[in-house]
Amino acid sequence: MNAAADLSKRKSEPVPGQPLIDLADIRKSYFSADVETPVLHGINLKIYNGEFVAIMGQSGSGKSTLMNLLGCLDTPSAGNYILNGKEVARLNDNELAKVRNETIGFVFQGFNLLKRMPLVDNVALPLLYAGVGMVEARKRAAAKLEQTGLGTFTKRLPNQISGGQQQRVAISRALVCEPALILADEPTGNLDTTTSKEIMELFTRLNEEQHMTILLVTHEPDVARYAKRLVRLKDGLVTYDGPIADAHL
Amino acid sequence: MSFLQVMIEAFRAMGMNRLRAGLTMLGIIIGVGAVVLMLAIGESVRGDINQRITAMGSNLFIIFPGSQTSNGVRAGRGAAQTLTQADAQALAAIENVQYSAPILSMPFQLAAGNNNWNAMVYGVTPDYFSIKTWDTESGSLFGEVEIRSLSRVVVMGRTVARNLFGDMDPIGQTIRIRNKPFEVIGILADKGSDLGGGDQDDAVFIPLSTARQQVIRTWFPGSVNMIMVQAAGPEVMKDVDYDLQQTLRIRHRIREDQEDDFTVRDLSAIAEAAQGIATMLTLLLGAIGSISLLVGGIGIMNIMLVSVTERTREIGIRMALGAKRRDVLLQFLTEAIVICVCGGAMGVALAYAGSVAVTKLSPLAVSISASGVIIAFSFSAIIGIFFGFYPAKRASALKPVEALRYE
Repeated sequence: MNAAADLSKRKSEPVPGQPLIDLADIRKSYFSADVETPVLHGINLKIYNGEFVAIMGQSGSGKSTLMNLLGCLDTPSAGNYILNGKEVARLNDNELAKVRNETIGFVFQGFNLLKRMPLVDNVALPLLYAGVGMVEARKRAAAKLEQTGLGTFTKRLPNQISGGQQQRVAISRALVCEPALILADEPTGNLDTTTSKEIMELFTRLNEEQHMTILLVTHEPDVARYAKRLVRLKDGLVTYDGPIADAHL
Repeated sequence: MSFLQVMIEAFRAMGMNRLRAGLTMLGIIIGVGAVVLMLAIGESVRGDINQRITAMGSNLFIIFPGSQTSNGVRAGRGAAQTLTQADAQALAAIENVQYSAPILSMPFQLAAGNNNWNAMVYGVTPDYFSIKTWDTESGSLFGEVEIRSLSRVVVMGRTVARNLFGDMDPIGQTIRIRNKPFEVIGILADKGSDLGGGDQDDAVFIPLSTARQQVIRTWFPGSVNMIMVQAAGPEVMKDVDYDLQQTLRIRHRIREDQEDDFTVRDLSAIAEAAQGIATMLTLLLGAIGSISLLVGGIGIMNIMLVSVTERTREIGIRMALGAKRRDVLLQFLTEAIVICVCGGAMGVALAYAGSVAVTKLSPLAVSISASGVIIAFSFSAIIGIFFGFYPAKRASALKPVEALRYE
């Protein structure tokens, strides 16, 4: 497929030269019964267009919290987050929904497909929220499924296909709005080794052929190795940020 | 997201849990069915009463002679023979009086061939039939000509005709009243029972002049049993009432300090009371139906709240994919409305079946009115919006990150 043509369909065109993601001293604390539990202690991170970054860390290191902040599902307690030239803290609920819809494609560990919907409708859902008509949305969704090798399964329900196939559907769904960025939270966590490999190869292809920016959260070194850059978190701070080849995995 | 898409989603969600959707709907089905059927029954009762009132005559006064005291014994109302045909003519001249019909009546044994039957014989003028809006089913009424010529003609009610002639056609036949032959010229249309339950069809009518001269003897020349007066409309009833009394007092030469020797009864008061009862009945029945609809609505809210909790994760996923709060709100609201409107449609069907059954099993002819259906439909949609809003609002207020984390 033609990468240039595909990129031109993006609604959220990356600003050239600027980082796609710019985190400056991001802090996040959770409150329960007036007890403050700090999770992130000041994260500084710049991610540029076309990068393939793995975020690693042990459970409790704050990587899920960071992922939620990056995905505009949650807001930081302090610090500045600029996504694609926009200051996220200044956006209201509707604008955040728009950012999630247009700029970010989510891939979850548990696939998070809607059970009662045929695959094609699952993939078409973000387009519908973007205001695309149903017929057109289904057409584009079917095309995306075709690209990820599931063209014949469009009418099936999620529970009628394997886990690896479900994750490919989820990736199709993440890509369908032509986002600037894919956020994948433990995408291989529920998959066996062979299937994991297939999924990671799909991500690699997307990154290399379509220059898709991919952020991957994982705790498996084998999975992280597919990325080009590694960000390691420990106790809410970045302890390593550099090329994956130089890192101790 | 387009309206069509939201609808598809709503039906899909209902399809997910058919039993639950069905049971939720049942509340609305019964509620709407009850409202529509109850209103229809109330309407038909009201219609029935109205019909009886119209049959009785509308905007009507009935004037009876007063009581008479002779040697300290007071006779009842109507015993005095102080009302006359001339009074009736004078009353007809009053402003806003449409008809004034003097009536002379007495029960007689009627005979036709080998059959005989006891019924009221009324001596009336043609105005009587105008007041009662009563026409013949076959044959014709008598008119001024028959009055003037003292014709021996009779118009009879259905009940009398059936009892005297059975299946035979009575028109042209002769019946004997007080051994005098009368020709049957008309059979009156069915009138049914009056508000008191008396059979209005169990009577015969002859010209007033004939009655006075040949059938019913009166002490004084020209006296009548009662006068029916019809006013031009409900708004002039009060004025006409006053004028009637004044005219009669003057005509009867009653002094200031003397009591009336007649009684004027305003029948519209009875009609109003009867209509009031019918309205109350309709309201009462409607209220009973509304309560069941309300209970159904609360059922909807209940189930929608459960549904929102169950689908918290789904809401989180949708939000992550770009659903705005408004989209989520609309989705759950539409679901509630779809359940209500579907339930409403089935409720109307149920009410229709109920109306057929009631019509079959009771003397009431119940029919579902278009307005009742429209009211019930809009009511069920409003119930859906009202009771669906809170759960939908709760769904849309969820935080994406928390909704996604929900297990």
